[in-house]
Amino acid sequence: MSSLLEIREASKSFGGVQAVTRVSLEAEKGEILSVIGPNGAGKTTVLNMISGFYHPDSGRISLEGRDVTDLAPSRIAELGIARTFQNIALFRGMTVLDNLMLGRHVHMKSGVFGAFVYWGLAQREEVVHRKRVEDIIDFLRIQDLRRRPTGSLAYGLQKRVELGRALALDPKVLLLDEPMGGCNHEEKEDMARFILDVNEEWGVTVILIEHDMGVVMDISDRVAVLDMGQKIAEGTPDEVRANPRVIKAYLGETKPVASTGGSRG
Amino acid sequence: MAEATTLARMLRRNARDLRDRPAIREKDRGIWQTWTWGQYYEQVRDVALGLVALGFKRGERLSVIGDNRPRLYWAQVAAQCLGGVPVPVYQDSIAKELAFVWNHAECSVIVAEDQEQVDKVLTLRDQLPALRLVVYDDPRGLVHYKHEWLRSYQEVQELGRAFAAQHPDTFEAEIEKGKSDDVAIICYTSGTTGSPKGVMLTNANAIGIAEAFRKAEDVRPDDDALAYLPMAWAGDAAYTLFLSLVVGFCSNCPESPETVQRDLRELGPTTVLAPPRIWENMLTGVQVKAADAPALKRWVFERFRAVAERAEILRSDGKPIPLWLRLACMVGNVLVYTPIRDQLGLRRARWALTGGAPLGPDTFRFFRSIGVNLKQVYGSTETTGLVSLQPSDEANPTTAGRPCPGIEVKIADRGEVLVRGPVIFKGYLKNDEATREVIDAAGWFHSGDAGFVDPRGHLVIIDRARDCGVTGRGEAFAPQFIENKLKYSPYIREAVAFGNDRPFVAAMIAIDPVTVGSWAERRGLPYTSYMDLSQKPEVRALIREEIAKGNVTLPDATKVRRFLLLTKDLEADDAEMTRTRKVRRRYVAEKYAPVIDAFYSGRNEVELQTAITYEDGRQANIQSQVHLEDVDTEAAARV
Repeated sequence: MSSLLEIREASKSFGGVQAVTRVSLEAEKGEILSVIGPNGAGKTTVLNMISGFYHPDSGRISLEGRDVTDLAPSRIAELGIARTFQNIALFRGMTVLDNLMLGRHVHMKSGVFGAFVYWGLAQREEVVHRKRVEDIIDFLRIQDLRRRPTGSLAYGLQKRVELGRALALDPKVLLLDEPMGGCNHEEKEDMARFILDVNEEWGVTVILIEHDMGVVMDISDRVAVLDMGQKIAEGTPDEVRANPRVIKAYLGETKPVASTGGSRG
Repeated sequence: MAEATTLARMLRRNARDLRDRPAIREKDRGIWQTWTWGQYYEQVRDVALGLVALGFKRGERLSVIGDNRPRLYWAQVAAQCLGGVPVPVYQDSIAKELAFVWNHAECSVIVAEDQEQVDKVLTLRDQLPALRLVVYDDPRGLVHYKHEWLRSYQEVQELGRAFAAQHPDTFEAEIEKGKSDDVAIICYTSGTTGSPKGVMLTNANAIGIAEAFRKAEDVRPDDDALAYLPMAWAGDAAYTLFLSLVVGFCSNCPESPETVQRDLRELGPTTVLAPPRIWENMLTGVQVKAADAPALKRWVFERFRAVAERAEILRSDGKPIPLWLRLACMVGNVLVYTPIRDQLGLRRARWALTGGAPLGPDTFRFFRSIGVNLKQVYGSTETTGLVSLQPSDEANPTTAGRPCPGIEVKIADRGEVLVRGPVIFKGYLKNDEATREVIDAAGWFHSGDAGFVDPRGHLVIIDRARDCGVTGRGEAFAPQFIENKLKYSPYIREAVAFGNDRPFVAAMIAIDPVTVGSWAERRGLPYTSYMDLSQKPEVRALIREEIAKGNVTLPDATKVRRFLLLTKDLEADDAEMTRTRKVRRRYVAEKYAPVIDAFYSGRNEVELQTAITYEDGRQANIQSQVHLEDVDTEAAARV
């Protein structure tokens, strides 16, 4: 198995609350893996453990066979895991272009002095990075927003820039925490398109947390379901949709079996 | 000139005489990329031979769909070089319209800009029996599309280079076969009535318009123009394909439709062509910025704007301008006019043209007064986009200018404008009957516009001949004139005036959601949607005031006395407007017949049924109660 990212039996508790209990996940290279579950199921905690914001109490996390369990978030980012946040983590006063350039920070080698003199290496570097950022701007179709402060953009566009900031890292694995939360139908469609394109054309492995079941079922290769901090199911969208435990977790015990969410266009 | 008979030969000449001069640019990745005429020729050759390798024959029709992109222009020129015919279409057309055009013109090849456009073709594939090849420019998102009839632009050009290696003379030989009477492009008329008609324009038309324009206007090989208007519009074909090829100036493609304003400013084109809509939007932009500016700046702007307009009115009437006014204008030029021109990207423009539809006199005067050499041009698709043009020192808001050299104009009995000359089209595709209706035995084209020639020799267009009428009280009534008065208000986006055979004039208004929206925000007025906003009592009062202001300058009989605010903007998707945003008056009158009747039956409310067509062609009905408002024309006189 050539799993790119592997989470083995990871647990995490906050005080007396057991947020995640012995969860194992594997993401294959080039796939879109969605993690779904009711509110408080522990989805974001899993993402936070992968990106190094939390360290699991027990269990291991490895990237390309290398143990990254206890590395700092900045180290993990350098190794090629990028993420977006549920509530957007951009510098609101800075322009879209500057936010994206900042996203390339881990790839920049010249120090403060070099940047200050802006000569030789620093200048060449800037050009290389700017080119990469322009590719992302073109990819996300935000050419008209380059010079706009991100704080002034509509929410859906901020979400798009947030994705761009993560892409600027040239990640191997992209962690997306509710990239469509709060977006309207059209923005969701656009975002789904971008995620598919990132995955197909750039070969980026995507781990997605999303509440819109229609989108999840449409674009995921595999879906893992968490409930109360435990993984209760895993498989293709169709398998997961038909799984009685999943239906129960979503609809409660008393309700009869019905289709969960279903796939929308 | 033996050489100057086809556009393909013009390309060959440019590749020789202007080899290293810029021919076309595209802003990509934030940088203007340039192709010289030498490179333009090579690009066209490669794609043309690629098409030959894929079986393209003389007379075949090739459609392009997408934003203005060099590769889409090259594909059109390539078709022309091969004796084929380009058929550009509006990329915002709904599926039904696209299917109509592609079938009617029997397009066998479609060059699409990107996945979005390819998807449109894909959904219509079964309805297009003639289609055998689709070429896409931007490969993004298309890697997994596997169809043998779908190829990338690059692939086609590679085939072309391989073909050239074995048949080095084919391309030149194909250019040699071209004749001046060959159809060079088919532009579908936006059709303010009925389904679109395919207007066949020949090489002779293309070169005819370029030569006529060159004699009437100062246009140079080192000019820069922005290619941002829909490629399917005859105006863009005339400007970016015909004029650019004949004169040799450089066309510049903006980065995306959203960046046009910024790209315009960056580029600072030396010549500008824009339909009234764009000028109105620019003015609205300036007005909005002014309204948001601090009080002092606003005051300075308003003062100097009044000064400039006063001077401009004197100038266009040929009256002397007093010294103090001239001095004030000089100060204004430094403080206000030049900065505005710079912001709008019009600072380097030697001339700017407005055409396609009449532009309101106040909007026209505004741009002239801040030093933009704005002039009116008149033409239609059937006249290759050009009949008459205003000389720079005779610019004025009311006429359509002087007929260009080589183009004859005469007025028929009932006031209809007739045109003859090298620019008159060959005919409508597969519709000889319609062709015979508009081109008479003596070769005069019946334009359908009502007009006259003024003592100076300028052509004046009143309106579409069949839209003009008289009000119930016997006064002449030209709806466009009234509508343009109303549209001068930044809050009014569209207006449709009625009054033919009616006791008074009434208007349906579509508000501008951006300006009215920010007006409402400034007042802390909450709203949810266009519909909600348009029916707020405060907004109705605002528009009433705006109409009263417009009424001041209208003759008594044609003052707007009643109006209503539409719950949605007029849309091309709903067939209420053409793709070039001209109101389809007949259709609108039919669609809103109950509303119009209500105007004249004295009711205060009316049930408005609106059918909305979504981009994918689905329809929905929206029902609402709409207030009919009265405008106090007596009070208006006091405003």
